[in-house]
Amino acid sequence: MQSPIQQLIKKEFLLEFRQKSTLAGIAVYIVSTVFVSALCFKKIIHPVVWNALFWVIFLFIAVNVSAKSFMQEGKGRGLYNYIYYSPRQFILSKMAYNMVLMLVLSLLTFFFYSWFVGSMVQDMGLFLVCLLLSSTAFSAVLSLMSAIASKANNNISLMAILSFPVLMPLLLVSVRVSKNAMDGLAWSVSSNFLLILIMLNVVVVVLANILFTYLWKE
Amino acid sequence: MIKWWKITGALLILYTLVWGMLGPVPRLDILNETIRNVYYHVPIWFAMLFQMGISLWFAVKYLLDPTAKNDILSNQAAQVGLFFSIPGILTGCLWAKFTWGTWWTFQDPKLNGVAIAMLIYFAYFILRSSIPDEQKRARISAVYNIFAFVMMFVFIMILPRLTDSLHPGNGGNPAFGKYDLNNNMRMVFYPAVIGWILISVWILDIKKRLAILNYEAEHE
Repeated sequence: MQSPIQQLIKKEFLLEFRQKSTLAGIAVYIVSTVFVSALCFKKIIHPVVWNALFWVIFLFIAVNVSAKSFMQEGKGRGLYNYIYYSPRQFILSKMAYNMVLMLVLSLLTFFFYSWFVGSMVQDMGLFLVCLLLSSTAFSAVLSLMSAIASKANNNISLMAILSFPVLMPLLLVSVRVSKNAMDGLAWSVSSNFLLILIMLNVVVVVLANILFTYLWKE
Repeated sequence: MIKWWKITGALLILYTLVWGMLGPVPRLDILNETIRNVYYHVPIWFAMLFQMGISLWFAVKYLLDPTAKNDILSNQAAQVGLFFSIPGILTGCLWAKFTWGTWWTFQDPKLNGVAIAMLIYFAYFILRSSIPDEQKRARISAVYNIFAFVMMFVFIMILPRLTDSLHPGNGGNPAFGKYDLNNNMRMVFYPAVIGWILISVWILDIKKRLAILNYEAEHE
């Protein structure tokens, strides 16, 4: 017997793979965004520009991926979930699913970005750890923001307005750690920032757990 | 009836406006007379943070006890806070122009922090205006208010680690409190802080009463 959270996560994956068009759509979105930036910049020599461009692309992909996570929840299905699951199980499963999805997509983005624009990362291990931690934190924040935006008539621009200022601390820390990874600095330089990223993950997940109960009631 | 604290607030502001300009201040290089800005700029920020704290407090209160009054107070306090950020920024820009030589810089964490805070509260009002149903609006905006405030707080805590501040008291710059906020200045600075906070509460009180009257008129 699966736990409710497992059931919900499984449901998310099943839905995603049954409707392959959305997943394929995101993949094409990533490739075309990276391609456009590769064409516009031609060649990036400055590491700061490389870093900034990567994280801007990352931000927009994260918002696009997570924006739809609550939009497909119709009225009837919402009622069904409301009867069978607790809000905590529901938001946790959403966040877990979004984290896995975002992790895969961020790796994909990095792959295409290194291919088209060229990689400047010296310390690959640190960069990947940074990518992992920021993917999870970004998708946790954006899951909650998507839940809020879905209550306000599913406005996609509202999603960006709500989440950009809230994501700013995360983004700045990620940019700093990835810059350190690009310069190949020792891990001890970045350890503080990695701790901040882990702490932000914890804070966001805990807050979302507490607050989602109030969002859910209709 | 005007309550005692309103008169106190007005008198304190009047006193700091006059004595802030006339009183003795230490002679320092670069800062020169702009040091007087500490009487206006800093207390206005304190008043803004105080109002945003009130907004957060009533957002939490609304989630625990959903009454229209809590929602109105949370919303109005956020408005007053955002209003206070305007003179806060203007006095800051003026000061920065004469000491740093620029109106605005992205190098300073406090400037970035306040820009983010303003964006968050603009987003809060846009969120409010996009939900027609009253109770739903109150509940969802309270959730966003709490979440955004915590993230903003984290931001303000971690930002100084990311960039060196140009502000006095940060990044190796001498703090006002260290040796130049002498007793003469304290006599103006602390009353200014109390005065601006009292005035902000007064504004909130008027706005709250107006909002409650409007609310009652709508629900006749």
